[in-house]
Amino acid sequence: MKYRYLTRAAAAGLVLFFGARAFAQPPITDGVYHPPATAADSAIEAQTTAVASTLRCPVCQGESIQDSPSELSQQMRDLVRDKLKAGESPDQIRAYFVSKYGEWILLEPKMTGLNIALYALPVVLIAGGLVLIAFLVRRWTKPAEAEEG
Amino acid sequence: MNWKRVAIALLAVVPVIALFAFGFTRDPAQIPSPLPGKKAPPFNLAVVSPGEGLLAKSVGDTIRLPDLAGKIIVLNFFASWCMPCRTEHAALSSMARYYADKPIQFIGVLYNDEPAAGLRWIAEMGGMSYPAVTDVESRTAIDYGLYGVPETFIIDPHGTVAHKELGPVTEEILRRVVDSVLVTMAPADSAFPAKGK
Repeated sequence: MKYRYLTRAAAAGLVLFFGARAFAQPPITDGVYHPPATAADSAIEAQTTAVASTLRCPVCQGESIQDSPSELSQQMRDLVRDKLKAGESPDQIRAYFVSKYGEWILLEPKMTGLNIALYALPVVLIAGGLVLIAFLVRRWTKPAEAEEG
Repeated sequence: MNWKRVAIALLAVVPVIALFAFGFTRDPAQIPSPLPGKKAPPFNLAVVSPGEGLLAKSVGDTIRLPDLAGKIIVLNFFASWCMPCRTEHAALSSMARYYADKPIQFIGVLYNDEPAAGLRWIAEMGGMSYPAVTDVESRTAIDYGLYGVPETFIIDPHGTVAHKELGPVTEEILRRVVDSVLVTMAPADSAFPAKGK
């Protein structure tokens, strides 16, 4: 009887020991060692996504390198990730891409120089349109006698 | 005629027409590169195809930008899957032979392509007179602001990008740009006179 309990305890111990070891193993799914993700990795991934979302894919139409499935976008994302890991700031990385591709690479142009017109023009046009509409409505709804007078 | 109304209409319509007219003069596919006039990004690329004669490099060796100081570099990005690259290949190969005795290094950079596919393509095209290198992860391509192939960069002997050609390059373009750089290299007692002169 006592012997049976001892065997069971030993078996349970072995299962726990090897089971825990099995769970502690790093995932090797594709024959390559992938260290478990850490909080720092997750932070880098989040930053990579944020920076990549602001950069235009050079081989697509109005897509960011984050959204594009193209090979070049993938490689650019990898480069963004590597630069973040090397300690570069998102602004430094964007500046790097601007130095290579020009401001065109930024999905949102910087608000400097002539670019200000890009931001200001729609506001000016909408404001002008509203003023024009207000003026015309006022004129059309003006009483006839007032117009004659 | 109510001149006031005509003036308002013109004021509204003319800027729109001007904006469209300006837009039609520009090709949206042509992205202005900030590189010409600036220092060429350094590269260190492994040779996959040796080239021939004076331009030859051993397979497995690396070609580094600093090692080419004092030479004009014609850096052409190409791929086996790129149809326009076929168009320009003969021009590049023949111009590399034409300038073989001058301080000019032609280099073909295989872009997003397997070296084996690149080698098959080179054989299919009847060879390449200058070395081809491979660009792992397209780091050099991104450093050069590449967004398609073919693209060709001409770098002066001081390491400054003198010209970027988007799309297939021709003999005429190569001769014009390379000769203009050769002239700047050549003092009055020219050691390297331009070929076309």
